[in-house]
Parts: sequence; C-alpha cells; structure tokens
Amino acid sequence: MFAFISRRIGVLLVILFGSSFILYNLAAISGDPLEALRTSNEPNAKQQIITLTRTLQLNVPPPVRYFYWLRGILGGFAGHVDFGNARDGHPVTELIANAIPVTLRLVTMSTIVACILGITIGIVTALRQYSRFDYAMTFVSFLLFSLPVFWVAVLLKQYLAIRFNTFLSSPTIPFTSIIFFSTASGVFWSAIISGTRKRVLTVFAVAAGFTAILLEILSLLKWFIHPGLGIVVLAILGVGVACGVTQLSTGLENKVALRASLLVVGIGVLSYYPANYFMRQYANTATILLMAVVTIALSLFTGRFLAKIDRGTIMRTSTITGFIFGLLVLLDKLMQTWAPYMATDAINNRPVPTIGQSNSQIDPTNYWFVTLDTLMHLILPTLALLLISFAGYIRFTRGTLLEVLNSDYIRTARAKGLNERTVIMRHAFRNTLIPLSTIIVADFMGIIGGAIITESVFGWVGMGTLFRQGLLSFDLNLLMAVFFITASLAVLANLIADLLYSALDPRIRVGAGK
Amino acid sequence: MIFNRNKREALEAQRDSSEGAIANKEVEGKSQRQIVFGRFIRHRGAMISVLTLISLIIIVYSALDFNLGPWKIKGWWKYGIADIPEGGFAACPHGEIGCPTLSLNPFSKAFGLGEHPFGQDDIGRDYLALVMRGAQRSILVMFIVGAIGGTLGTIIGSISGFYRGKVDAILMRFTDFIITIPSIIIGSVVGYHYGNLGVPFLAMYLGLFAWTGLSRLVRGEFLKLRELEFVDAARVAGASNRRIIFKHILPNAVGIIIVSVTLLMSGAILLETALSYIGFGVVAPDVSLGLLISQYQDSFTSRPWLFWYPGFFIVSIALSVNFIGDGLRDAFDPRQRRRISRKDRQRDVDVAKERETP
Repeated sequence: MFAFISRRIGVLLVILFGSSFILYNLAAISGDPLEALRTSNEPNAKQQIITLTRTLQLNVPPPVRYFYWLRGILGGFAGHVDFGNARDGHPVTELIANAIPVTLRLVTMSTIVACILGITIGIVTALRQYSRFDYAMTFVSFLLFSLPVFWVAVLLKQYLAIRFNTFLSSPTIPFTSIIFFSTASGVFWSAIISGTRKRVLTVFAVAAGFTAILLEILSLLKWFIHPGLGIVVLAILGVGVACGVTQLSTGLENKVALRASLLVVGIGVLSYYPANYFMRQYANTATILLMAVVTIALSLFTGRFLAKIDRGTIMRTSTITGFIFGLLVLLDKLMQTWAPYMATDAINNRPVPTIGQSNSQIDPTNYWFVTLDTLMHLILPTLALLLISFAGYIRFTRGTLLEVLNSDYIRTARAKGLNERTVIMRHAFRNTLIPLSTIIVADFMGIIGGAIITESVFGWVGMGTLFRQGLLSFDLNLLMAVFFITASLAVLANLIADLLYSALDPRIRVGAGK
Repeated sequence: MIFNRNKREALEAQRDSSEGAIANKEVEGKSQRQIVFGRFIRHRGAMISVLTLISLIIIVYSALDFNLGPWKIKGWWKYGIADIPEGGFAACPHGEIGCPTLSLNPFSKAFGLGEHPFGQDDIGRDYLALVMRGAQRSILVMFIVGAIGGTLGTIIGSISGFYRGKVDAILMRFTDFIITIPSIIIGSVVGYHYGNLGVPFLAMYLGLFAWTGLSRLVRGEFLKLRELEFVDAARVAGASNRRIIFKHILPNAVGIIIVSVTLLMSGAILLETALSYIGFGVVAPDVSLGLLISQYQDSFTSRPWLFWYPGFFIVSIALSVNFIGDGLRDAFDPRQRRRISRKDRQRDVDVAKERETP
C-alpha cells in the first residue's frame, strides 16, 4: 500500500513538473506583456517597461525563467512558498490566499447540497423504476445536463432574485400562485408515492391541501418579512425529525432508538432559550462550533445512556437527530436576524443579491449580519451550480442502485427475511455509496474548473477570475499559480478517489498483483 | 397472509416465464446489429430526438447563403448576418426596439414569421440570421470535436488496454498529463501567433483535448474483453493482434464508444458556448450562440428575446444529443430487457389462442 502511494505520488510530481514546464513556456509565447506599454504615448512608458522587465525578469528567456519560478515553489519545502509578484506588484501568494476561500465556499456549498438532493432523488427514482416520477426525473435531469450555466445564471437573477425582492415589498402570495404551488406539490408527492388510483388521489389531495393552507398562513402572517420558527414549531419539527431519522436508521419498531431521539429533541427544545442567549451574547464561529460539539456529545451520551444492546446504531440515530435539530435551531437564529438585516441601509429590503460575494456596507462587527449576508450571496451561484451538477448525481445514483439491487447479496438479504428498509438502507444504499464517493471527488474538481464561468457571471473574485485575469494580461506568475494549485488538486483528487475506492470496497485492492 | 404471498409469487413466476418468452421472441434469429437497431427504434425519446436534431440541422444549415466552391447557394432566409435592412428597425407594438415578429397564434393577424421573426440586434441586423449562424457554428464544433476526440480516445484507449504493461503506463500518464493542461491556454497561444483561425480550428484543438475520459473508458473495456474466451479462441486460431483488435474486441466495445462520443458531443456544445461567453472561444466578427448571449445578457429585462432564442437553440441541440445517447446506451446494454407492456402480453395470449383454435 505504502509503495503504491509513494509510486503514484512520484509519478504525479513528474507529471506536474512536465505540464507546468510546458505550460509556462506556452503561456510565455502566448503574448507580450509589454505590448500595451510599447505602443502607449505616456511619457514614462519607457521607465515602466524597464521596471516591469526587472520585476518580472522578462530579459531571462522563458525556459530558464521557469526554473526561477520553480525555485520559489520548491521553497514550500523550506516553509516559504513564493509564487512571485503579479504585474501590479502584489505578491501572488497573497492574491491566491484571498481567492481560494472564495472558490472553495462556492464549490463546497453546491457540492454538499447537490449530493444530498441528487442522492435522495436518485434513490427514489431507482426504487420507483419506470414510474411516472422516474420518467419525469429522467427528462428533468437530461434537461439540466443540457443547460449552459451562464444562461441559467441570468434566468435565476431575473426570475428568482429580482422577482423575489419585488415580492417582499408586499409579501402576500397571490391566489393563482397558491393554486400553482399546491398543485405542483400534489403532483410531486403523488408521483413519488405510487400505488392504486385511490391512494394516488388521496396523496394528491392531502399534499395539495396542506401546501395551500401552509402558504396561506405564511402569507397572512407576513412570514416572509418576519420569518422564524419559534419554540413550538421547532418542537413539532423536532419530533418529525426524530421519527424520520429513526425510521430510516433503525425502523420505528426499535422503541429505544425512538425514545433516545425524542429525548435528544426534548433536551434541545429545553435548551432553546439558553442557546439563543449564547448565540446573541458570544456571536462568533467558535461559539457555534462549541455548541455543535456539545450537541453531538450530548446526543451520543443520550444514546449510550438509554441503550442496553445495539449501542452503536442507537447512538448513531440519536446523534443524527441531534445534529439536524441543531441545524434547525441555527436556521431559526438566522431567520430572527432576517428582519433587522432587511431593514439596514445596505440591504434596503432587497435581500437577494445578484452579483458579488459580499456586501461591503454591512457592519462587519455584527456576526449574524455578516453570516446571513454571506449566505444570501451564496444562494444564486450555488443554485446555478447545483442545477447543473445534481442531475449527474441523480442519474448515477439511480444506475448504481439498480445494479446493486439486482446483485446476489441483495437476494440473499431478502431471502433470510430482512425487511425492505434494512435491505435498502443497510445492504443496497451503503454499497451504492462506494462508487458514488469517487464520483463526488472527481466532480468536485470539475466544478472548480467550471468556477471560472460561474465566477465571471456572478462577479466573484476567486481562482477562476484570477486565471482569466492572468491570461488576458499575460501575467505569467498569476496564471501559473492558479494552474499549479488546480492541477495539483486535480491529480491529488484522482489519487484520493482511487484510494477511497479501495478503502471502501474490500473487493478492490490497489497495488495488489504487481 | 402466507397463502396470499404464495399465490402472488406463483402469479409472478408465471408472468416472469411468459415475459421471458416474449423477450426471447424479440431476439430470435436476429443479428446483434438488428437487435440493437430494433431497441433503438423503440426508444421513443431517442427517436423524437433524432428527428428533432435532423430537422434542426437541415433548417439551420439551409437558412443562410453560402458558397460551395464556385457556386453560390441561396438560403431560405432573406437576410444574411451582415445585412442591415434598409427600413431600419421595424415598428413594434409596445415601443421596444427590434422586437420579434414571430407569432404562433394561428388566429392573430400577425401569424407567421413576419419581417424579423427573432427581432433585431442593436444595430438592426436580423437576429434570426445571427442565431442561425451561431447554431451552425455550434453544430460544426459538436461534430468536429466528436470525430477527433472519439478517434483519438478510441485509438489510445484500445492500444493501452490491449497491450497493457509499459505501453499502458506511458499512455495513461500521458492522459493524466493532458488532463492537467487547460485547453484555453493552447487556444490563446495559437490565437496570439496566428490570429483568429476560425471556428473549425477552435473545434479541432478542443477535440485534441477532449479525448481523455473516453480513452479511460475504452481502456477499461479492452482490459475486460481481452481476457474473455473468444479472444483466446481467436488467438489459438492464429489471428494477429491487429485482427483481434479490429475484428474481435472493437466490435464488442463499440457500444460504450458510441455512447461516450454522443456525451462528448453534447458536452462540446456547452464547452464552446461557455468559452465564447467568457471571450476565449469564437470572437467578435464571427457569431456564436454563447457570444450572442454574452453580448445581450444585460438587455434581458428590456429585450428578453435576444437572450431566449440563442439559449433555446443551445438547449434543444444539447438535449436531443443527450437523449440520443441515452437511447443508444439502452440499445447497446445486453442486460436491458424491454418492459413488457400489457399490450404485448395480450398479443401473446391472442397468438396462443389462435394456435389452439385451428
């Protein structure tokens, strides 16, 4: 194993060296960085040419200059990486250090949401193969495959952001929209829960009616201006979460697991006011992380305390419940911030931004405003990337799960009398995750590559923007730094995907047989 | 309860065997090619897509005038991409500038194409002509990338999968190497030294970088197939490597190749439009769908049609290619069994009855 990894890493370094050398020279002959200055009439043009030539070492031929550049990178082993200076004199290391978190924020968020949504829908389509829902989702995912991201982005800006902002100025949902949304929800749920005609119609009526009533209440309460969950709704949602997680994780007939999750939710509801106090008084990321740790520890302890047998599964169930409930409390806190956030001058009641990565006029000392602002700026780019990438997850999950469901060990599991939930969640779903994990790693890299377009549409200054800037202004150091980081990430991701696969699937052993 | 279950299972077993009979009847006495073709024809989405794509190609390529050697061929549309109509901007009902005159309402007086079906751009050029030219570019890029990427990927993948060992290691590391180099850079190097070489060239170098995924897939397939008995049989019978590759393995891998090439092609359309959108693909005097969208995205609120029509063409071309790929995948998949519909079962019963009553 160790030999395999070290050999692969050695090959990766050779590849990186070769491609960066070739790229450096190609980029050097792709244009003249002094061209604009040579033709300019400015009196100090000559002086500028001399300075630039000195700082960028333009008098050294590119193949040799490459090794100067490489020396700076290799300095990383001595603890100091030097990517050189950009044209305007800023150290590239600094520019990159600012850009990486921006791109990562964009990519991570959309990848997480795309995974959760895509895998869920993929599982449902596989379990309901050849149903109406399956056909509809197949069509939708092909449609999403065919959409250019920049085109979707413009549509989202217009129809989601601007329309929603305008809607917020008088937040009553019109009657036609209520009918539309409740019909859509009815169609959605009745397509998933298929069965006899009577059952489909019942599901349709219940889902549509529930949606309509909910929307009407939200509209009457002007909920979209003063959103929030409150302790009562949180308690109801918490019980729902506890039941749902228990059902998926162990089955509702496991009373101990259900009791443990319900107890966790109970503790959560009781600590609602203290938690809010802490979040108001000590508003920073450390508090949130600390609260997350406390929540998880408490949930683990609750599971451990109640369980006599099967401790692992019960602790898992209570922890997942506790984690989701914690997220709900956090969401509630953000919703409480909404109204004062909307009222600030910087927002002026138009909260969904169409461009940029943050609002500079927001008071940087107010932690919750800054967090909410960051999230609001993430919404549109995340949605755009999400729409494009989650179709792939749907198709892939569906295909893999169908294949797994046809395999012998699933038949064995059924034959020994396991119930359908255990067969699907424990035997089929886990094995579906194995090939999926490698796809997720590879896809993550794909989105980073695609970030150049997303960033340019939404005006974010991330790695993609720096790359584009370096390419347009023939700024070698900038260009090469972005290339170096993305390329190393790409080859590393490939290696990780291979290793992950072999770690998860005992049938595959890397480096064996050589 | 138990009784019911048994009864249900018995019924299912009965149904399964009759389904197997129906499914078997479909492949009886047919060659592999006929089976695949038959399955493809039956895939409704794929057939609709084939018709859509063919009619789109015909409409798009016959729209504008073009020169075929010494002959000038007249297109069906009156304007070209450089024509600025003498009348200037046509009159519009709501006071916009250059509105589309296309009307699909058969009862209105304006029904039909009108003067400028897709409207006019900023300087009054006919937008239909521009969109048609852009779509021509996209389709051209799609086919060139598919051809070059498909050929290269197949050759490299099959050589490395068939010969394994050192050849495989070198070729696969070369593939890794190509993956790391962004094709935009090559484009800008070429653009700087030789000027704008036009769309076919853009498509060519995109194709030169697009084969990596395909070659990995083909390699995997070759690694699997070369261990099977029929390859051993061919080798024992004295077939050369060349013959084994072309006559025995390649025909068995053709399914996976065709499917990935279609996906490659639909990806190429999106790649070309995206590159043009950020300014590294097709550039200004020429027209591309991505370029049109990038030029007019700011006028979306006032003149949305400048944005809708190019997007509509991108989506419909990419969508139909994707569906064709899906149909091909189903058709080539040996595990794929058609869903036996109620009608088939009825027909089977009818045939059986006919046999019984002489």
